[in-house]
Amino acid sequence: MMDFRFDIIAEYSHFFLMGTLLTIGLSLAGVFLGSLMGLFIAIGELLENKFIAFIFKAYVGFFRGTPLFVQILIIYFGVIPALFGEANGIVSAIAALSMNAGAYIAETIRAGIQSINRGQSEASRSLGMTKIQSMRYIILPQAIRRILPALGNEFISLIKDSSLASTIATPELMYWAQSMNAQYYRVWESYVSVALIYLILTLTANFILKHFEKKVPVK
Amino acid sequence: MIKIEDLKKSFDENVILKGISLTVKAQEVVVLIGPSGAGKSTFLRCLNKLETINSGHVYINAQDITDPKVDINKIRQKIGMVFQDFNLFPHMTVLENIMISPIKVKKESRDTAYETASQLLTKVGLANKADAYPDDLSGGQKQRIAIARALAMKPDIMLFDEPTSALDPEMVGEVLTVMQNLAKEGMTMVVVTHEMGFAREVGSRIIFMDRGYIVEENSPQELFSHPQKERTKAFLSKILSSQNNKLPL
Ligand SMILES: Nc1ncnc2c1ncn2[C@@H]1O[C@H](COP(=O)(O)OP(=O)(O)OP(=O)(O)O)[C@@H](O)[C@H]1O
Ligand SMILES: [Mg+2]
Repeated sequence: MMDFRFDIIAEYSHFFLMGTLLTIGLSLAGVFLGSLMGLFIAIGELLENKFIAFIFKAYVGFFRGTPLFVQILIIYFGVIPALFGEANGIVSAIAALSMNAGAYIAETIRAGIQSINRGQSEASRSLGMTKIQSMRYIILPQAIRRILPALGNEFISLIKDSSLASTIATPELMYWAQSMNAQYYRVWESYVSVALIYLILTLTANFILKHFEKKVPVK
Repeated sequence: MIKIEDLKKSFDENVILKGISLTVKAQEVVVLIGPSGAGKSTFLRCLNKLETINSGHVYINAQDITDPKVDINKIRQKIGMVFQDFNLFPHMTVLENIMISPIKVKKESRDTAYETASQLLTKVGLANKADAYPDDLSGGQKQRIAIARALAMKPDIMLFDEPTSALDPEMVGEVLTVMQNLAKEGMTMVVVTHEMGFAREVGSRIIFMDRGYIVEENSPQELFSHPQKERTKAFLSKILSSQNNKLPL
């Protein structure tokens, strides 16, 4: 520890910056696409058609029941090459993170929808609204307000989980820590630096989300 | 206007409605009374298919809603429903609560919907609450808004399920007054209530229900003064003594 080499951190600062931006990008993409998928899946799970509902439930079961790391590898080495003919780290990372987040967010959204009093859907249906209109105008707006905090937490998880993308040649933050360590064999400089950066990211995100939550009325 | 033939409804093995037949003519105010668990709410909810119907027929304006080909959303536009616990949409203002269905379901223009909503708010005496949120209203105000919301669809029929049961006593009157005015204007109404004063005053016909059957039906005068069945007598004496006839009309 005595000879902590700030010079190599300085040398890598540019890479860390690029890595941080990619980490943020992956997390934002993950929470955004994951939310869209989550909404889609949650509604699919609540469908009366038992077969379709089962497919969506199976999806959620798979992505929650297997390690994200495994999912990333399957998508990177298997799914994306099969679809596009070649591997692509960033695309695979975004796909895996979104699909994984989608499964978790689906559970949150489903719980949020189910937490809305049945009287709300009955009142809207009795006014002649279709199921979709009732969902769109009455149930979801109320449910979304309740699940916003959970979405924030999912975003923070993604900041950390996206570090797994370093294993599939995606130059996010963790990737640069590993390449620094590979170059200089300096464990502390490499990993403590990125640990600090991750901490700053999650704390900042948390702070912003808490601030934001206070501003959104519960109505 | 409404014709119900041998309606049966069960939840799992529990048979709740055991064959109900009833006809409601235009402009009639039919009041359903009966002990808790009699199936009054279930019956009312079958009339707009909030509950699935096991057997029998329900004709609304001569259309059989038990026919799966009938578009229930269309029928429901013609049947307003008012619930015991209001079920206002808490994320919308009073005005939005009233305007949302005319705009989204009937595709009315915002201006038309606004016009109607304003008139209805005046009618229920809450014009000054247009921009309030439901959480800021008293129970009586909420229920009057719920009535206005249902009326905004210009229904032919209004169903009320114990509209005053969740209210503090001092607010019961304001809601019953709105309902009485509606009846005077010729609205066809089916009302489940324990307010015997309202039943007597406004009802064209009283239906006494118990254990999934219509036990007795008659004009208010006849049913209250000369109940024929033992169960009706027992129910009336119990409820009238507990209510002490506190009619606020
Ligand atoms: N969704 C449901 N699932 C199962 N049982 C139900 C359901 N809804 C109602 N019941 C049962 O049906 C019976 C009749 O209920 P209902 O609400 O129609 O009675 P009610 O006459 O309206 O009584 P109250 O005066 O208490 O409102 C009750 O025994 C109730 O437990
Ligand atoms: Mg009831």
